[in-house]
Amino acid sequence: MTNGHPVLEAIDHTLEVKNRPPLNRASEWVSTVDHKKIGLMYIAYALVFLIIAGLQAVLMRIQLAVPNNHFVSPQVFNRLFTMHGTTMVFFVGMPILFGFGNYLVPLMIGARDMAFPRLNAFSFWISAFGGVLLYFSYLGGEGLYGAGSAPDVGWFAYAPLTAKAFSPGHSTDYWTLAILLSGIGTTGTALNIVTTTICMRCKGMKMSRLPLFVWLMLVTSGLVFVAVSPLTAAQIMLTLDRYLGAHFFDTQAGGSAVLWMHFFWIFGHPEVYILVLPAFGFVNEIIPVFSRKAIFGYPAMVAASVGIGFISLSVWAHHMFTVGLGPAGNTFFVFATMVISVPTGIKIFNWLATLWGGKIIFRVPMMFCVAFLFQFLIAGLTGIMLSAAPFNWQLSASYFVVAHFHYVLVGAILTSLFGAFYYWYPKAIGRMMSETLGRWHFWLFIIGFHLTFDFMHVPGLLGMPRRIYTYEAGRGWEWWNLIVGIGAAFQVAGILCFVWNLLRSYYHGEPAGNDPWDAWTLEWATPSPPPAYNFAVEPTVFSRRPLWDLKHPEDQDENYE
Amino acid sequence: MSVTLAIFLIVAGLLTYVLIRYRQRRQDSEREPAQIYGSNQIELSWTVIPILIVVMLFLSTTRVILETEAAPKPEGALDVTVIGHQFWWEYRYPKLGVVTANELHIPVSDPAKPTPTYLGLASADVSHSFWVPRLAGKTDLIPNRLNTMWVDPEAPGLYLGQCAQYCGTQHAKMLLRVYAQSPADFAEWIKQQQRPVAQDFSGNAAAAEGQTVFMHSACINCHSIAGTVATGRFGPDLTHLASRDTIGAGPIQNTPQNLRQWIADPNSIKPGVLMPSMHLDDHDLDVITAYLTKLH
Amino acid sequence: MMQTASTIPVAAPDRPPWVLPHRGIVGMTCLIIAESAIFIIFVIAYIYYIGKSLSGPTPAQVLELPILGTVCLLSSSFTIHFAVSSLRKANFRGCTLGVTGTVLLGAIFLMTTAREWYHLIHDFGLTIRTNLFGTTFYSLVGLHATHVAVGLTMLTIALALLLSGRLRQTHADRLEVLSLYWHFVDGVWVVVFLVVYVLER
Repeated sequence: MTNGHPVLEAIDHTLEVKNRPPLNRASEWVSTVDHKKIGLMYIAYALVFLIIAGLQAVLMRIQLAVPNNHFVSPQVFNRLFTMHGTTMVFFVGMPILFGFGNYLVPLMIGARDMAFPRLNAFSFWISAFGGVLLYFSYLGGEGLYGAGSAPDVGWFAYAPLTAKAFSPGHSTDYWTLAILLSGIGTTGTALNIVTTTICMRCKGMKMSRLPLFVWLMLVTSGLVFVAVSPLTAAQIMLTLDRYLGAHFFDTQAGGSAVLWMHFFWIFGHPEVYILVLPAFGFVNEIIPVFSRKAIFGYPAMVAASVGIGFISLSVWAHHMFTVGLGPAGNTFFVFATMVISVPTGIKIFNWLATLWGGKIIFRVPMMFCVAFLFQFLIAGLTGIMLSAAPFNWQLSASYFVVAHFHYVLVGAILTSLFGAFYYWYPKAIGRMMSETLGRWHFWLFIIGFHLTFDFMHVPGLLGMPRRIYTYEAGRGWEWWNLIVGIGAAFQVAGILCFVWNLLRSYYHGEPAGNDPWDAWTLEWATPSPPPAYNFAVEPTVFSRRPLWDLKHPEDQDENYE
Repeated sequence: MSVTLAIFLIVAGLLTYVLIRYRQRRQDSEREPAQIYGSNQIELSWTVIPILIVVMLFLSTTRVILETEAAPKPEGALDVTVIGHQFWWEYRYPKLGVVTANELHIPVSDPAKPTPTYLGLASADVSHSFWVPRLAGKTDLIPNRLNTMWVDPEAPGLYLGQCAQYCGTQHAKMLLRVYAQSPADFAEWIKQQQRPVAQDFSGNAAAAEGQTVFMHSACINCHSIAGTVATGRFGPDLTHLASRDTIGAGPIQNTPQNLRQWIADPNSIKPGVLMPSMHLDDHDLDVITAYLTKLH
Repeated sequence: MMQTASTIPVAAPDRPPWVLPHRGIVGMTCLIIAESAIFIIFVIAYIYYIGKSLSGPTPAQVLELPILGTVCLLSSSFTIHFAVSSLRKANFRGCTLGVTGTVLLGAIFLMTTAREWYHLIHDFGLTIRTNLFGTTFYSLVGLHATHVAVGLTMLTIALALLLSGRLRQTHADRLEVLSLYWHFVDGVWVVVFLVVYVLER
């Protein structure tokens, strides 16, 4: 129903509405420069790797379920944790979040496509090739059963373990090249998002009227420029060391292992903010719609997001508290890390205030966002604990840290991602996902998540370091590891429900219509799925919630800005 | 930390309240709730209060950092140099002339007159980390860099830990065993470690033969036994091997059978360890084991 | 309810015209920020390792100020600027002169670098594997030279398009985007010159 709205009517008349994106025309997908198709490809690609990396985690948990286990050899285990981490960060996290960004940003700002559509396609394909290259490494070396040449140096590949002397095979090289390619793709996409956001907004869409998701993608993309490049530089240096005999990280020639750590974490810390800021973006869009209230404190949310982006560039050495930087260095990084909790806390409070006085509707997207709120709160608090250097001296490189960062990555980011799937799938595919299956997915996954990651803090507190393929009996770690493993089984079940839901809903989901959630941003003003050109007529907006204005002409947002 | 627990209870409590109080009920009208866009006073207060909490936490953290890292070194402190290797620990007591591996003995400290142990941390290859949780936080051993830390145990006993920085295939079995001993026991142990190596095997033909075989085989390229031609530095010092409880940096007990199996094929116990199988025949294995078990 | 045409939002006379920045400029700015971050890391590595080489020649022993190359490269910023403003005024001869001049000056810069490296390798035996100075010097200067080469390639293509008459006045914005990249490359050289050649005297 368009209610006689001229823009929506124009769309209806010019469009032959298909009821889902076509799957049977592969050539269309391979050669497309349409941001929507590229976004969907990123997401599908990331889901495949999510399953692969998830299986790697399951294998690790089986090996660690009992002490002195012989399920996999140490060589295989070391490749498992390296590949799990590398895949999840670079070939699940980045593509899926930039995939959503790719899909949604032009729609939310009333644009036809990204600023550079061909660069968009190039970025996807080069990223994808990076993932293929990384997994090709399993076939190198002694082949599949010897776990080949798959990287086994840890996802942060500390020097000098990665030097030719200590890693003579090609595992480090596969790691380096795959990530270099992924980094080029990510930088290209970030460039596209920034340019699109600045140069292609529809009329009236001032920066102060951008949907918060777009703001967060903008900050994320800015972070990419200054964070991914240091990793690229460090990897070039590593490759020069390994192949041209350079000495950047060659401790035998006076080089510094600590320099690699600085360069890596100058990338690595902003990287986790690159992963979490889009998650904030999802939550910023979903919570208001399902509490039927505007987001509380939009300007503060923008300021907090930008602030988090800037501060995240100054905290990196909290990953290096045990390196011996000295009291002055340690104290600075303690301070910067603690400070970042202030804008982050502001966001949580603003979400709380949005819910306050609202009419909260517990559909599946909202259920995931609620879980996000509790889980992100806990993750942030364990982060504050870790920011205290003396605590960190005990807990770094232990399972406490592993639990903390999985709490952020799975409990906050993946959880909000699930919410985003249920929320925007109807727009992209034209059909609703099953609410029943969604609830099964939610409960199985959340129970599994908490079984695994709540209890994972305990072995860390009891002294269990990370990256060990086995452990002795009698250290008090056995039962905790077993429970952690059982939780993994529940998560697998939850993910299976999710994948089944995605596939089934494509064929049998209820038709969604333009605006199934009664939402307020521009993407809901297009048909589901949107036509290739997005908008028949370029919209003009007068506030942050253009569709609210249309639906509530007596109480437009414009009056309050 | 109680501060984080308090924050959690307050915020999670508020969240739970809001979710229950404001959930949509069937009898609700179709009208949207009042749209509230923000409030300067509220937002200011929840900016200022967290800042104050952060300042508080920061100051107390800084105090602990300085107490730990900038602590003055007492006179009676013991100096030990720890050198990390793939995948074992080398310990040198420079002022006492003792070199050993994998099992660290230190004296307990009397709070009235502290005698902490100051560890100088270095690495022969890649980065490692020294972590014995009940004694102290961890500090990394980084090649081409000297780090220091101190431990100050007040109760005697065996303190367990392990390497906490991924260093390669057998990172998981690079275990730490720290024996905190009373001053008398510690002095006794030092004297034993300072004794010259056992050389007289007149009563034990196997051990005597083992000594000869050992000194003529490749073992001496990697291992040291004080006062003999074995001066290798790549592997652990074996001068007082029989005085240790475990071998292989901790994963197995130091028994003659285990020792024999280790020498025959270290990879069967610790796959990926850098010591190769020596391909010795049974007889040589027997006599070398007999020899090494005599090195108290 | 039919809404009248007046509710279709159009730029009303009293509203300012909706003008957004040029895509190419914004995109190139983003690229420059990212590339600057890469260069900064190499510069940090260079500075960190000053004086830390365990052996081998030191900068003071082997480096000479690259005056000719620097003058050429920095002047080429003026020539490309001249080329862009000429194109905006449809002065195609001026533009051709400007782009040709830029290409020539850039090529001279690369040749002086090549000569310097030949001299360092053959007369002093300094290579990337000699010591920390060799490592950080060749990688930083080499990274910059690579960027110069890429810029020269793009400029040559632009020159070819210009000479074949395909480059029009309307393309002035695109040429400006390319000139932004070239100015960036010059800017990096100023930093490299100061850090590598001036700091060590």
